[in-house]
Amino acid sequence: MRFILRRLGFYLIAFWVSITLNFLLPRFMPGDPVSRMFARTQDRMQPEQIEALRKLLGVDDRPIWEQYVDYLHNMVTGQMGVSISRFPTPVTEVIASQVGWTLLLGGTALVIAAVVGNLLGILAAWRRGGAIDSALPPVLIFIGSFPYFWLAMGALYLFGVTLGWFPIRHAFSDTIEPSFSWEFMSDVGMHLVLPALTIVLVSVGGWMLGMRNTMIATNAEDYITMAEAKGLRPGRIMFRYAARNAMLPSVTSFGMSLGFVVGGALLTEVVFAYPGVGYQLLNAVQGLDYPLMQGLFLTITAAVLLANFLVDILYVRLDPRVRAN
Amino acid sequence: MTTSIATTASTVAGETLAGGAPAGNTAATPDGGAGLPPGASVRRPNRSLLHGLLTNKKAMTGAAILFVFIALALLAPVLYPDNPSKITGMASQEPDAEFWLGTTAKGQDVLALTIHGARSSLLVGLTVGFASTFIGILVGLASAYFGRVIDEALSLTTNVFLLLPGLPLLVILAAFLPPGLGTVILVLVVTGWAGSARVLRSQALSIRSKDFVAAAVVTGERPLRIMFREILPNMASIVMGTLLACIIYGIGAQAGLEFLGLGDVSTVSWGNNLYWAGNEGALLTGSWWVFVPSGLCIALVAFSLSLINYAVDEVTNPRLRKIRVRKIRKTKPAKTGKRASA
Repeated sequence: MRFILRRLGFYLIAFWVSITLNFLLPRFMPGDPVSRMFARTQDRMQPEQIEALRKLLGVDDRPIWEQYVDYLHNMVTGQMGVSISRFPTPVTEVIASQVGWTLLLGGTALVIAAVVGNLLGILAAWRRGGAIDSALPPVLIFIGSFPYFWLAMGALYLFGVTLGWFPIRHAFSDTIEPSFSWEFMSDVGMHLVLPALTIVLVSVGGWMLGMRNTMIATNAEDYITMAEAKGLRPGRIMFRYAARNAMLPSVTSFGMSLGFVVGGALLTEVVFAYPGVGYQLLNAVQGLDYPLMQGLFLTITAAVLLANFLVDILYVRLDPRVRAN
Repeated sequence: MTTSIATTASTVAGETLAGGAPAGNTAATPDGGAGLPPGASVRRPNRSLLHGLLTNKKAMTGAAILFVFIALALLAPVLYPDNPSKITGMASQEPDAEFWLGTTAKGQDVLALTIHGARSSLLVGLTVGFASTFIGILVGLASAYFGRVIDEALSLTTNVFLLLPGLPLLVILAAFLPPGLGTVILVLVVTGWAGSARVLRSQALSIRSKDFVAAAVVTGERPLRIMFREILPNMASIVMGTLLACIIYGIGAQAGLEFLGLGDVSTVSWGNNLYWAGNEGALLTGSWWVFVPSGLCIALVAFSLSLINYAVDEVTNPRLRKIRVRKIRKTKPAKTGKRASA
């Protein structure tokens, strides 16, 4: 329990840091980006909306600490202002319409990569020097060296443009109305294949090598020898004895990778014009939509922190040593 | 990749090896480790790390690839003295005798762009790598040496930075700062130092608790001297691994940032080449030769650094080197088969 509370406190601090960062950035950056933004968009907005945005972004005559308290209050209560590029939609609404797609894309890719990678790692460590162990790591390291977005471009060119097997942009075809029909679902699935595939390809090597290296250490433990001496079936030793104890680092990196899901799929989303938060973040940057940018960053951070907190809770369940302290 | 690693098994002195290695070396090495007799030498750690790397095929392959790119980057002004962005040919030409890698949609020579791109990409990658590692060393050593409040504060900062999602933070920072190469480097260091700090701190902590450090403290050596002369040299391999990882991160993240159009679009670099390729619709018009070379170069450089990094791991971590072959173990439980690894 103390462990959980300590972690919770830590995540709250981290969240506070990201809000503060958000608060400070537009106020202390050179070149006054906020004024530039207002110069571009002023004629489309109501005076009271301009006033609210000015306060949000720091074009404001009040003392700095008063602004800060106000800002903290706004952020915690979810008042993030209105989006400028999608005026007059509130920032929270824009984000809510995007976050599902990112979770779908990132979640699918992450689960596939983690499951496949860990299994490969277990097998490689179990048969050291075997086919999987000697052939796959160099190949995966090589694939993992490519920039995500470049593999995405390659896949888009090869399977999308040249071969025409998969659609090349967006999350579903313009011609289909979103619904829970089979037709729509399969369309979404088809659009998901290429972006998810590129993320899996790049990240699976990391999972595999991590698992392999921990598992090699676990395999050297005495209780594995003991299990073999008892004559247990190899499959049972491999999964229930060795892999189970080698899983902990993978669980931790799963928490970290959830951050990648929300934030890191950014580049892939951009290449495929996939309507997730990453793609939206870039659009916000290009459209000088600072309120939306800040809202997206906070949402992403919050998601990452929450995911890590959940993993911590899981960790307490998995690792008795944490409970003992 | 099977030969030489067994020969290096014996050359790594220090804590990690004491338990495991001798057993590994007395076993036969069927893959042919030529050279040193097993268990022959206990050398100073730094030298044996270097020696281990020099006889490691992964490391040498990586170094060779890296060397080619560094040479290309240095020779770029000689090979293509003209401004690489200059329009020299027809638009979107396929690779031929005149333009080995074809031309862009604007009619620029792709080969010239790629070779000149190496300059900025390697420069930023190396700068970011060294800067982040340096900050990591400072934070890690200070954390480990002083402990208590300083450690708590530094660890907290490190962990917060580790947890903030890197790429979105990069994008936000790059959006608010004025564009330019300096901004790119600054932003990458801000988001990249925390990982190295955490790794280096935990290593420094374990060395901090050794007797020779306690002895140094008792004899009244100054903190800075203890940190940099006593602790730091003993974590050379970790520092090296961190540095390589940071350089890989720097090159990749710079390319990503520039691909999004958030770098300085006027400079020629691999990331910007890809940005322009995307912008000019090279994918949709089928001009694969425009976007393939730059991406391949990034991948090759990152790959070569990874190779060196894995080699450092192998040379310093005996467990990754020895192989325990399952089949032999199962049929003859008394003997543990160990071979030299790939």
